[in-house]
Amino acid sequence: MSVPRFWRELDTRYNLIGSYCKITDTYHYPRRSFNPEAGRESIGSMEDYQFKGTGTVVTPTVVHQAQTGYEMFGPYCMAIIELDEGPRITSQIVDCRPDTVKSGMRVKSVFRKLGEDSESGILHYGTKFILFGNDIDDELDEDSIDDVEL
Amino acid sequence: MSGIVSYGAYIPSHKIETGEIASVWGADGSAWAKNLNVYSKSVPGPDEDVITIAVEATRLAMKRAKLGGTNIGAIYTGSESHPYAVKPTSTIVAEAIGATPNLTAADFEFACKAGTAAIQTCLGIVGNNQVENGIAIGVDTSQGAPGDALEYSASAGGGTVIIGNKNVIATINHTTSYTTDTPDFWRREGQKYPRHGGRFTGKPAFFKHVMMCGKMIMDMAGSKPEDYDYVVTHQPNGKFPIRAAKSLGFTEEQYKTGLLTPRIGNTYSGAVFLGLAAILDIAKPGDRILAVAYGSGAGSDGFDLTVTDEIAKMDRSETVEDMISRMEIINYATYAKYRGKLNMGDSK
Amino acid sequence: MRDVSIIGVGITKFGELWDKSLRELGLETGLAAINDAGITSNDIDALYIGNMAAGSTLQQEHVSALIADYCGLANQNIPATRVEAASASGGLAIRQAYMAIAGGFIDVAVVGGAEKMTDVSDSESSYTVSMGSDEQWEAKAGATFTSLHAIIAQNHMLEYGTTREQLSSVAAKNHYHASLNPMAQFPFALDPATVSKSGMVSTPLRMLDCAPNSDGAAAVVLCASDKAKKFTDKPIKIIGSGQASDTLSLHHRKYLHRLPAINIAAKKAFEDSNKKPEDLDLIEVHDNFTISEIIALEEIGIFKHGEAAKKSLEGETKLGGIIPVNTSGGLKARGHAPGATGIAQIIELVKQLRGEAGERQVKNAKLALAENHGGTAATAVVHILEAE
Repeated sequence: MSVPRFWRELDTRYNLIGSYCKITDTYHYPRRSFNPEAGRESIGSMEDYQFKGTGTVVTPTVVHQAQTGYEMFGPYCMAIIELDEGPRITSQIVDCRPDTVKSGMRVKSVFRKLGEDSESGILHYGTKFILFGNDIDDELDEDSIDDVEL
Repeated sequence: MSGIVSYGAYIPSHKIETGEIASVWGADGSAWAKNLNVYSKSVPGPDEDVITIAVEATRLAMKRAKLGGTNIGAIYTGSESHPYAVKPTSTIVAEAIGATPNLTAADFEFACKAGTAAIQTCLGIVGNNQVENGIAIGVDTSQGAPGDALEYSASAGGGTVIIGNKNVIATINHTTSYTTDTPDFWRREGQKYPRHGGRFTGKPAFFKHVMMCGKMIMDMAGSKPEDYDYVVTHQPNGKFPIRAAKSLGFTEEQYKTGLLTPRIGNTYSGAVFLGLAAILDIAKPGDRILAVAYGSGAGSDGFDLTVTDEIAKMDRSETVEDMISRMEIINYATYAKYRGKLNMGDSK
Repeated sequence: MRDVSIIGVGITKFGELWDKSLRELGLETGLAAINDAGITSNDIDALYIGNMAAGSTLQQEHVSALIADYCGLANQNIPATRVEAASASGGLAIRQAYMAIAGGFIDVAVVGGAEKMTDVSDSESSYTVSMGSDEQWEAKAGATFTSLHAIIAQNHMLEYGTTREQLSSVAAKNHYHASLNPMAQFPFALDPATVSKSGMVSTPLRMLDCAPNSDGAAAVVLCASDKAKKFTDKPIKIIGSGQASDTLSLHHRKYLHRLPAINIAAKKAFEDSNKKPEDLDLIEVHDNFTISEIIALEEIGIFKHGEAAKKSLEGETKLGGIIPVNTSGGLKARGHAPGATGIAQIIELVKQLRGEAGERQVKNAKLALAENHGGTAATAVVHILEAE
């Protein structure tokens, strides 16, 4: 990612800054200057909003063939997460065994390195998520979608 | 009086045991563990570095003090493992806590005491009323060369203190430093791993500076070891800080709370910050703390603190003990992968 | 609006075409299609090129002019246009040519699709494919293209009880079809149990649920129907064409077990043609993953939502079943060269409707549909073809 392309969205990535639409009373992430549901009326009615960073796992998947730049994590958990304010986001869930993540689990945001341009290029930082406040059974999970005969 | 308004800590959630490292090199793990008094050390994940640790620790400190970014006038981050050789860690922390743009910021380097030098700098500008609050951060993700003695201890973690004049939870009554040119440990520009002088790091380096600084700060305060409830010093391994504390006249009761290296390894610039955070997690109003940092090269910064009534009002959940208890053991292969010790060529 | 017919087709074998460049592939299929149509270069009014990724895989943009040049059309200054909609680039290129002819602007267009995926490393080609999703908020965040479809698959499983065995039956069926197609990348049968045991890529999707990233090219010649008889006695008419979009990011969708853009594109094509799903004799769908074929069949309306996986396992989508699906072998086994895929689908239908599909011929095939999509179906294109 080029320097200006990353820099322009620093606060969106670092601090989960999105938008609040005054017309429909809805939250949006990433930042939008226009709410597709409210149409043209929403232009000028979108306010910056910092998300609390808490949410719920909608659907997780364990990635065994890593995305470029994520090789050191493999296997890792990617999930669609619903933030408590409503919008959904696709993020890695870190600091856990990837197959322990289940739909409905609570997550919170953490500040992490997202990647780098190259060994000599700039570093990209932003938000990922960790599990918190869930009772995780550390035994081998029988329900793991990986093991079950589907 | 100026002092600590808030504090935060961060320790990565992975650890490797000394025996696991020793087994890779065919060494006697239990002998190493006992000799160093280090049984496990924290390991940062592939997406953690000095910057992410600094941000997490600082966000916790901000939350505890219920401060907003506009309350912060300065950020200084002390580390010897800043991800950038040129480009400040502190500006990223500033952005991540919403403190930009009306503040001053800089990164400090003085081996393991860069963070405490930042505290002294904050005391100066807060004392002069140049800024309302200043943030000092001590953090490292240091590496020992594979197979080197340092590999058993070099770990990752850090802490933040916010220095100000209002709502102070621990006053800093005195601070002083003891500094010489003593090349006991260094890392040249462009080198991945530090070098050290072996046993030279002991008597003429760590012990001389910590002992002298400890005595100076007690002279300055007119205090004796028994006046303190807690003592914390730099802790490159689990043995040096015990020997230094005992030689200064302190007891196990006084040093055990702040002594984390046996469980998390040597967090370098983070060590005194994390030890102090562990103490503040449980300290009561009126408790008195002596803190002595040490940085190779070499110097020591000493602090005499008194905990105030304000600390009782603070939400002190997310303790250092919580962070230590959630650490999960990884093996050497995972450690090597996480710490970039695998030669990936340019296949990535 | 004028009727539009397909009068010529040309296709390469898909696969690892180490010795062929993009321009060679374009020329080879373009010439084959022109020969098949019986036209000369003087008859061509316009060229449309479907290509997804030449910029990132070959550092070459402007491939429309490149292909026109290497096809010998540069000295005639024929207008050439590149169309890009990730893996839907080919289908969409056909639609652009279709609209230009139907609208009366031109009479004859050559539509080519070409892609070189093996000139870069596996990791680069995988990343290129994930650029069809939201690069900033999905791919860069660590989501592989497979992982997004894995999320879709899990939601489909949760919603309808779709099983591993059912997913495997889709790949096995497409491999069986490919074993009858000499132009397929993987012309061999595959046991469903082998699919179920293949390596995990992103839970629950396994290696053999996924289509390959192939090299390949395909081209068709489109002509105003009233002029088609001049060139050929076996024109195949495009009687319906539909296209729809959706959010680029999967996470912005209301439902994660559906791909509604396909439904909307198909509805439009059925309306155009005044046909119903049950009228179709065969279809080609965009099975970049096994789950995609199942959902596409439901969105098109071949089966009710939640039924397609069962019907696949029962063999209803196999040659001889009630509706043969992906007789070419599909993306899974014919191969998937993004810019060419949508055109390769149309070519399979043309061959079937002409009765030239050899061992895999669907008897009395008169009406067929092709569904091609890009990203997680943020673009979907559907065409319905009829034998004249």
